[in-house]
Amino acid sequence: MADEPKEPKPPQVPTGEKPASSTPAVSTPPAKPADASAPAAPPKPAAPVPPKPPVVLQTPLDNELVKRFRATLGAALFEAIEDRKQAILTVERARLVEIARYLRDEEKFDMLSDLTAVDWPKREKRFDVVLDLYSFAKNERLRLKVHAADAEEVPSVVSVWPAANWQEREVFDMFGIVFFGHPELKRILLPDEWQGYPLRKDYDILQQDTAWVRENLGIESGQ
Amino acid sequence: MGPQHPSTHGVLRVKLKLDGERVISSECIIGYLHRGVEKIAENRTYQQFAPYVDRMDYVAAVSSGLGYCEAVEKLLVVEAPPRARVIRTILTELQRIASHLLWLGTHALDIGALTPLFYCFREREEILKIFEKYCGARLTTHAFRIGGLQYEAYDTFEKDVERFCKDFESRIVEYEDLLTQNRIWIGRTKGVGILTAADAIAFGVTGPVLRASGVKWDIRKAAPYAAYDQYKFEIPVGTTGDTYDRYLVRMEEMRQSRLICLQAIENIPAGPIMAKVGKVLKPPPGEVYHAIEAPKGEIGYYVVSDGTVMPYRVHIRPPSFINLQAFDRMVRGHLVADVVAIIGTIDIVLGEVDR
Repeated sequence: MADEPKEPKPPQVPTGEKPASSTPAVSTPPAKPADASAPAAPPKPAAPVPPKPPVVLQTPLDNELVKRFRATLGAALFEAIEDRKQAILTVERARLVEIARYLRDEEKFDMLSDLTAVDWPKREKRFDVVLDLYSFAKNERLRLKVHAADAEEVPSVVSVWPAANWQEREVFDMFGIVFFGHPELKRILLPDEWQGYPLRKDYDILQQDTAWVRENLGIESGQ
Repeated sequence: MGPQHPSTHGVLRVKLKLDGERVISSECIIGYLHRGVEKIAENRTYQQFAPYVDRMDYVAAVSSGLGYCEAVEKLLVVEAPPRARVIRTILTELQRIASHLLWLGTHALDIGALTPLFYCFREREEILKIFEKYCGARLTTHAFRIGGLQYEAYDTFEKDVERFCKDFESRIVEYEDLLTQNRIWIGRTKGVGILTAADAIAFGVTGPVLRASGVKWDIRKAAPYAAYDQYKFEIPVGTTGDTYDRYLVRMEEMRQSRLICLQAIENIPAGPIMAKVGKVLKPPPGEVYHAIEAPKGEIGYYVVSDGTVMPYRVHIRPPSFINLQAFDRMVRGHLVADVVAIIGTIDIVLGEVDR
């Protein structure tokens, strides 16, 4: 995975990023000391750590949370990894709402802090829909991912976290991913009649809906 | 209402369904300032994109810049040197004060108190002067670089900050004299736009708006970045989550920011201001979500690298956009005149809502 560019990165790596991976069971929580203001941040004073040559940034994750998740929802979990101390779970698209409910109610991830998508056009299922969750109780973040092919619908999590409403609309607006069960799925940033989905990789940066621009702005190009 | 209404702080358009003077429901129509920042990011190198983030929340550019630089640093697995982190903290806290001052001035203006605006801009000007002396720009500063800072603090930097902080203590009292006990102010803000803690969390609301609802949560404490773990400060919280509480929370935050600045200038560590990052940044493949406490709430950057010089994807989680979602909940049942107060109290910047 690590394609090791020849930047002189390792020398100045005081972050102590990777030790966490050797103790996966507690790997996510220690990143965030809850309310201890003064000395608690481990990354900072760790400056004299000797440079560690092999930088493996993505490691399999198997902490308590993942174990509980497996026990409850078993097959819905495709992959659990840790990337730069962040827990990332790839889960089954069809069961997303069930998973979201479980994480909110049982694991106390009460806030959906971010929802977005990434387009990988060469992959069989080109879209990643990415949800960043936060738990106030545990002071912990968790990232959920589902894969979706071009015409596949993703279940909407608005019923679980109302915060998803505008964010799913934005993803629909920019990627054309349809969220099944969304109360009012329509464009949010672009005009309603706009054709095309700008954040797809096959949408060029200079591309625009020329017909819309001509009709509504009375000019040839908005560029 | 809007998009050219003076109280909408830019180009927010709100469709209101009214029963006489009462608001039944509302719908925000946004996107007038959409520039496709996230698309631009995919076509620029990591460094080239940095100035663009200043243009989202253009009244708190330093904070947006800090979030982006730290996100890319996390992706590169480097960390800025201690000196750079302390200077970053000072500038970011000054920016928080400047942003809150702009908010206070315009919010009071919306509600009908004209005077605070002039007072607030007087102090904000001093902060902008410090920015200008530091990096040459006042608003879209591009103050930080990935890996640290480009500019060393200028000779009288500490003195300037100290003088500002000393003066500022009595200045906050002046604002409070004008507003805190003012009967009109209380009448227009108390009980207006109440947001409960449960609603605030459900809508993903962060920043002063969340804290005014009684949730004691601040990323500076929950996941300290820059040099925040070294300083003592309090997180002010409200009780009822109304417009008046949000006002009090922001006033107290300015005091706390001032204290952080004073602690920080006492001891700025010596040493380099730039970590060793190459001229060409090629972060190892992977992804990072990094959030910091901007003046308006949690600003998060989700950056995906495919190992090339340009980000594969940059997603920005703007606090204004998410907080504005709760507007409908806050405005229902209130009078049209209160809508103006509620738009003001969320403290949105449309450049950030629309990106």
